[in-house]
Amino acid sequence: MAKVRKTRLSSKRKAVGKARTASKKTTSKRKKSKKKAAKKVAGKRTGKALRVSKKTQPKAEKVLEESPEQADSFHSTAEDMARRQREISVAEFFMKNRHLLGFDNPRKALLTTIKEGVDNSLDACEEAGILPEVRIVIASGAEENRFRVTLEDNGPGILRKQIPKIFAKLLYGSKFHRLKMSRGQQGIGISAAGMYGQLTTGKPVVITSKTSRNQPAHHYELEIDAKKNEPRILVDETVKWKTPRGTKVEIELEAKFQKGRQSVEEYLEQTSIANPHVSLALVTPDGETKVYKRASKQVPRHTREIKPHPYGVELGVLIKMLHDTKARTLQSFLHTDFSRVSSRVAKEICEKAKVSERSRPSRIARQEADSLFKAISQTKIMNPPTDCLSPIGEELILAGLKKQIDADFFTAVTRPPAVYRGNPFQIEAALAYGGSLPGDGLARVLRYANRVPLLYQQSACAIMRSVLSTAWRNYALQQSAGALPTGALVIMVHMASVWVPFTSESKEAIAHYPEIIKEIRLALQECGRKLAVFVRRRRKAAESERKKAYIHKYIPHIAVALREMLELSEPQQNTMVRQLTDVLERSRS
Amino acid sequence: MSKIASQIKQTAVAVRSKIQRRGKPTLSFPLRSLTNVKYHPKKGFLELKGKKKTRTLTVATVKTFAQTLRMMSQAKTLVEGDEIMTKREAYYVSKNWDDARFDEQPESDTVIDDIEALFEVNREQLGFIPEEKGGEVAGKLVVIDRDSETGKKLRIDCTKFGSGAYSIPISVEHLKFETKAKFVLVIETAGMFQRLVKHGYWRQANCILVSMGGVPTRACRRFIRRLADELKLPVYAFVDCDPYGMFNIYRTLKVGSGNAAHINPFFCVPKAKFLGVTPQDIVDYKLPTHPLKDVDIKRAKDALKNDPFVQHYKPWQDAIQQLLAMGVRAEQQAFAVHDLNYVIHHYLPEKLAVPKTFLP
Repeated sequence: MAKVRKTRLSSKRKAVGKARTASKKTTSKRKKSKKKAAKKVAGKRTGKALRVSKKTQPKAEKVLEESPEQADSFHSTAEDMARRQREISVAEFFMKNRHLLGFDNPRKALLTTIKEGVDNSLDACEEAGILPEVRIVIASGAEENRFRVTLEDNGPGILRKQIPKIFAKLLYGSKFHRLKMSRGQQGIGISAAGMYGQLTTGKPVVITSKTSRNQPAHHYELEIDAKKNEPRILVDETVKWKTPRGTKVEIELEAKFQKGRQSVEEYLEQTSIANPHVSLALVTPDGETKVYKRASKQVPRHTREIKPHPYGVELGVLIKMLHDTKARTLQSFLHTDFSRVSSRVAKEICEKAKVSERSRPSRIARQEADSLFKAISQTKIMNPPTDCLSPIGEELILAGLKKQIDADFFTAVTRPPAVYRGNPFQIEAALAYGGSLPGDGLARVLRYANRVPLLYQQSACAIMRSVLSTAWRNYALQQSAGALPTGALVIMVHMASVWVPFTSESKEAIAHYPEIIKEIRLALQECGRKLAVFVRRRRKAAESERKKAYIHKYIPHIAVALREMLELSEPQQNTMVRQLTDVLERSRS
Repeated sequence: MSKIASQIKQTAVAVRSKIQRRGKPTLSFPLRSLTNVKYHPKKGFLELKGKKKTRTLTVATVKTFAQTLRMMSQAKTLVEGDEIMTKREAYYVSKNWDDARFDEQPESDTVIDDIEALFEVNREQLGFIPEEKGGEVAGKLVVIDRDSETGKKLRIDCTKFGSGAYSIPISVEHLKFETKAKFVLVIETAGMFQRLVKHGYWRQANCILVSMGGVPTRACRRFIRRLADELKLPVYAFVDCDPYGMFNIYRTLKVGSGNAAHINPFFCVPKAKFLGVTPQDIVDYKLPTHPLKDVDIKRAKDALKNDPFVQHYKPWQDAIQQLLAMGVRAEQQAFAVHDLNYVIHHYLPEKLAVPKTFLP
């Protein structure tokens, strides 16, 4: 039996190998169907191989034992290997690892595509000081499981020459090279969405953009060259577009449209809560239009870009910075390229590293970077500036929550800025309680990073950890050990930072930095205290209401009994009821 | 207006005037528990010490307060109309009271007991009568009752019930007695009573036999009390040898209960003596036994600690200690081990020969 199993295994491996070569030849467009065919072939081969090997197996084993050197023909020489070694393009890498970017399944792919598009639109609008208006249309595509997503904004538009790179080149963007609070970070999102569409439907990304009323609109159809990570332009023309200014992106992709948890609608609802200045409209495949209205006309404060703080850089980054700097001396490099490093502090670092402050940075990059890096961690440096953060603000959080959630009580807290690993960040938390929220289940947690809702990987997130480790029972709520509190409660937490430490590129969960967890907990506790006051006051009111009803139930009986015993009149009985009510209600408090 | 009715009215007036003065009305009851009684050897019964519990009208007590007042009003109607009502009937009448109705009979019973204690009378005087009947009598006794229709005297000869017995009525105050018997023998179980009746033991011993059927009812206690007082007869109790027989049955018979101590002056038989079965009898008569249960031990220790009657009598304390040391109990029917009629031929005659050895 064991032998047979072994055979099956080996033959399968062989078959799969063949299948792989077969599929490699085909273009990515038809990859799917070919794969199926390959599988079929594999199946056949397995069957055949099994039949054959039943006879030949013992023989083969013998041969193997007798001449081990024969097996060498399967091994590769360094030359063979060298022939196979070649560059991997980022695009190719992400094509294979699309789950890293949030395209794990058709349902999530739709959400991620819309999310990336909306994030870009909002970032652009805010940077240009425009009140964002985004319209999302999800239309059924030519085939089942295919949808055409159209995202249209009233943003500043994109310059013609930039369009191909922004939409069809991975890791191209304005946000990666600067420390600034924004939704996007790496410049992967929208191009990855376009690539996913191309991968699953073969259709290009269609972009129309107009920068001002006087300019014509540019119309592009783009594909991404996965090997070179370069855009391939299919259509490039000027068109007439009624819209005075804005960008429209159309992506056709394999997706699944669903309602409920982790849906597009949930994402938009949560976006609208944390971004009350945004107006969103969604047209679903059923033709239904959902509008998330604007609750504030205040565009978030423009955020300032900051230089990295010495505590936040890693050795490799430091070496790169030393290499690239325009500064002539080490001291001026430290002073100009970092936040919070005065000339005096720069000198102190140099002394600690035992390096001359006048030495050339490029020389240090090769030799003394390590001691410089250690010296930085030993030097006391002021915390980074925090005016680069733009929290939503208590008032606007409340406006956003009240707009989307029907509850009796709202409270919000914006914590003072704090720092983790040299990066400034700020935590905001809010609670909504009571009203039409379901009272029997667990509380709902809304997580945000730089105003973007996080819908996946809740349990891996620092926010969730903080919510769970908060003792909600102190705040008049029920909570089982290690679980979310129970009751009609929505918990909202927002982390604003120039660099949000996500656990993966798909930006779904915030990493567990102790400083962050602590700040979140403090914010939650502050909200919890306010909630407790409300809950206790309400309970007390309900209790006294109940008591009042109870008193009114039995007081008439006392009066009746006394009337019977003392042969009183009806008016006398009524007087007694009044007097008794008076006596008891007065004693209640 | 009867005394009780005017008492009820006075209480109602007090409650009303307090309310009119915008105060919280109160009702105070004697505390109904063993901790509020003391044993009075001369009077021979458990007497109230005078601790009171006050029920003030508050949010928490408003329901019971309303129920108590309504029940008082009910009692007043009964007394004034010379009507009676069983506790069960009182419970059903309360169903007319909407929200103030009782959900279970024990609730209404408690309120009736409270009112009874409040006015320090027995509930029969308030018109409330118990459901249970009083016990059974056989032997040399003539009970003189009245015919309910004609009002004529009825002479009931308790020797003429054959294998049956005369049943003690709920109210015994109007009865009169004639007898030539020498003593009253009070028996715990109906089974033992049947045996003694069947073999005409009352004829042989010239006595009156009374079956209590467990803890004696108020009527039964009052009936025996009147036999003891008016006929000047000694009363001997014959119960099981266990803490329940000794302290729930015998002690209640002799000195009354802690729960309704206000009626003890009338509902006890101070003359009663404990014939058996004593712990010593278990030894002397080699009776088969059962081990004491946990509740027996608890009850015995509780009696030693809290029961004013036991605390007054050294012989009782000794008996309990002996019983606890032996760790066993015996039933009065255990004599059947020797012979079915061993009780009649040996045990009772032997014990009755020396009444001085009876426990107090």
